[in-house]
Amino acid sequence: MCARGVTGSYARRYAHVVTMPTTLTAFADVTTSDSALRRFLHGLPGVDAVGLEARAASLGTRSIKTTAKAYAIDLAISMIDLTTLEGADTPGKVRALAAKAVNPDPTDRSTPMTAAVCVYPDMVATAKAGLNGADVKVASVATAFPAGRAALPVKLADTRDAVAAGADEIDMVIDRGAFLAGRYLETYELIKAVKEACVREDGTAARLKVIFETGELSTYDNIRRASWIGMIAGADFIKTSTGKVGVNATPANTLLMLEAVRDFKAQTGIQIGVKPAGGIRTTKDALKFLVLVNETAGADWLTNEWFRFGASSLLNDLLMQRQKLSTGRYSGPDYVTVD
Amino acid sequence: MSESTRLNVFKTYKLYVGGKFPRSESGRVYEVTDSKGNWLANAPLSSRKDARDAVVAARKAFGGWSGATAYNRGQILYRIAEMLEGRRDQFVREVGEAEGLSKSKAGAVVDAAIDRWVWYAGWTDKIGQIVGGANPVAGPFFNLSTPEPTGVVTVVAPQDSSFLGLISVIAPVIATGNTAVVITSEKSPLPALSLGEVLATSDLPGGVVNILSGKAGEMGPHLASHQDVNAIDLAGADAALAKELEIAAADNLKRVLRPQPVDDWTADPGTTRLTAFLETKTVWHPTGSLGAGGSSY
Repeated sequence: MCARGVTGSYARRYAHVVTMPTTLTAFADVTTSDSALRRFLHGLPGVDAVGLEARAASLGTRSIKTTAKAYAIDLAISMIDLTTLEGADTPGKVRALAAKAVNPDPTDRSTPMTAAVCVYPDMVATAKAGLNGADVKVASVATAFPAGRAALPVKLADTRDAVAAGADEIDMVIDRGAFLAGRYLETYELIKAVKEACVREDGTAARLKVIFETGELSTYDNIRRASWIGMIAGADFIKTSTGKVGVNATPANTLLMLEAVRDFKAQTGIQIGVKPAGGIRTTKDALKFLVLVNETAGADWLTNEWFRFGASSLLNDLLMQRQKLSTGRYSGPDYVTVD
Repeated sequence: MSESTRLNVFKTYKLYVGGKFPRSESGRVYEVTDSKGNWLANAPLSSRKDARDAVVAARKAFGGWSGATAYNRGQILYRIAEMLEGRRDQFVREVGEAEGLSKSKAGAVVDAAIDRWVWYAGWTDKIGQIVGGANPVAGPFFNLSTPEPTGVVTVVAPQDSSFLGLISVIAPVIATGNTAVVITSEKSPLPALSLGEVLATSDLPGGVVNILSGKAGEMGPHLASHQDVNAIDLAGADAALAKELEIAAADNLKRVLRPQPVDDWTADPGTTRLTAFLETKTVWHPTGSLGAGGSSY
């Protein structure tokens, strides 16, 4: 295979390796059968793991200071899906979380609101009531989160339940067992079915985020394949992980998914969001991810419409950094809420 | 290979933060000289970000250290004294070079410092009896006051007494369960940086003591205004700096120990430094149901 310049999108680079459909309807061909989908997915170029990690690491070395840092902190706060997904979640805890999403720093009203609160389906109504009409979305995990080990009707009922309770966004998990066993079409059809279950009675639909659980997919090639299945099946967002396994969002796997949405938009014109989740705890980490977004997908993705952080403790660290910038003195955990 | 052709192996002095030995985040160093102006080594010139990292490490260590039993803390402090004894020759050399003392005088200073450490190790499970106790109250209650550590304490170490003075200000802070961020003597930081190596091998949890070499005037204001630092010991600050730091420390009502002139560090220190960074917790506890006779005991 010949070497080309790095300036062209990699879709163009591998165009002569695999015939790539150029419109979304054309992807109908690749989803006609399991073998057609496998041919397509295995025809995607292999991921250069060393190059990917080196690129992610080098983008992590940018120094962002003063006004740029202030901008990035506010942007990161506005991109947070403030999350509580514990067996011990109580209505009180969810209400407290909702209040924090609307007003993250009670000592500084200029702090932006977070993008959403993310809860289990049975807490959607509580979260909705807690937000009290504020412009913060309610995201609900569904489809037997986090393992996804349930029958399809159960997963769909779980989804419809959350949508009916008022969820604006659904975070579904794929069936990693089916994916790893090579049953790609089953994975595709699951996402499609859940997407249909996101439609409300009035015809509008909740936005669908598809969680791949990258920590369980073993290889970068698998993450790339899963991303394409998700995008073809109609995901509005692709999301790294549940936060419930050892390896969660890393700069490298997020970079890989950002490349996927960039290429998908280049081919189809359809923009898809990315949400890294789990393990992002410090402002420094969050800023590194924002650099990845800007340098890979571009400024189009630098809004909470197209990029989110699934996090809970990250918000406190962002608020402490924000206080440091506005007061000039280091803040401490005594000056933000205990979650 | 003969003695004369052997290459010198110079020691790279590094900070001690969170149980690790990082270089300064800033990458800066400064030259440390002996009392006659001869170069001894390069020491890290810490920045405010090193200080910030040290506070994070000290805060993280606070729960475990303050929650350890006083007896356990005493054992660990005594272990530090044992380790100091094992490296006595190194400290005698470093103190002698730093303060211009003869070998025998430097030896006396190091011995006094080790003895001081042992003395404070003994205090860990006794300070509660001295400053706490049962209070008589007019009601059927036990009323008990116990001392509790204040939290993260910034220590500006004495400038002249680079080892005995240093130990005399660190040991009382951690003996009572606080964690410390120490700014060493700017002129003579080497004994303090070597102390970090002793602490790292003494069962002392990482982060309980964090040692930063550099300028108190540069890091001090950031630590004094830091909202997550609970107290500051100004032992090594000059009058102007002490005033500036005390003003900055007022912001979150830090406890401040003002600099006190010390002519002779070998003198009996008393319990002033032990009690400076303690809070008093008082608990009311019912004595139990009262019988018809009015008393249950």
